[in-house]
Amino acid sequence: MIDILLSLLILTGAIFTFIGSLGLARLQDFYTRLHGPTKATTLGVGCLLIASALYFSVREEGVSLHEVLVTLFLFITAPVSAHLLGKAALHLKVKSLAPTPAQDADAPSDPA
Amino acid sequence: MLSTVIPIAYALVSLAFLMSFWRLLRGPDAPDRILALDTLYVNTIALLVLLGIHLGSAIYFEAALLIAMMGFVGTIALCKYLLRGDIIE
Repeated sequence: MIDILLSLLILTGAIFTFIGSLGLARLQDFYTRLHGPTKATTLGVGCLLIASALYFSVREEGVSLHEVLVTLFLFITAPVSAHLLGKAALHLKVKSLAPTPAQDADAPSDPA
Repeated sequence: MLSTVIPIAYALVSLAFLMSFWRLLRGPDAPDRILALDTLYVNTIALLVLLGIHLGSAIYFEAALLIAMMGFVGTIALCKYLLRGDIIE
């Protein structure tokens, strides 16, 4: 029973990690590429870490809490780094398929 | 059950590695490359966790925790450099 749950969690985690990197490799511009790794990959690694916590809690005496530490850290840091990356891209005026807020702000001020 | 799932998971995470690396080499702008580096370290954590389950050893978490912290600091430092042209002002 626990084996099936573990296998399901590991498979889900690996598939989400894969989808995150697929998005990073295949999507069109930087702002869409930002979505893949920051959401799908974080969820995938979260699933893998939960699977690992479950595995070591069942196998050994007591609850294994190392993984929760890594999970918490990743879930806190992923949005922060994504925010800073987006800010850096806006600052550098990276090419975008859709109008970005910075370009919208620039547009009215140009004729004036 | 686990012995069939873990190799599949290894293969998927390794493919994810290769695609992130491709973006790291190709990425047209600097933020793309930083994002690829960020993804690479998260993939490394996934691989280390899988290795820990496969080999039944809890030692790999210390490495995963260190990589998580150092990777975050690295990403923030590179972003700050792009934003300000300087890391510590």
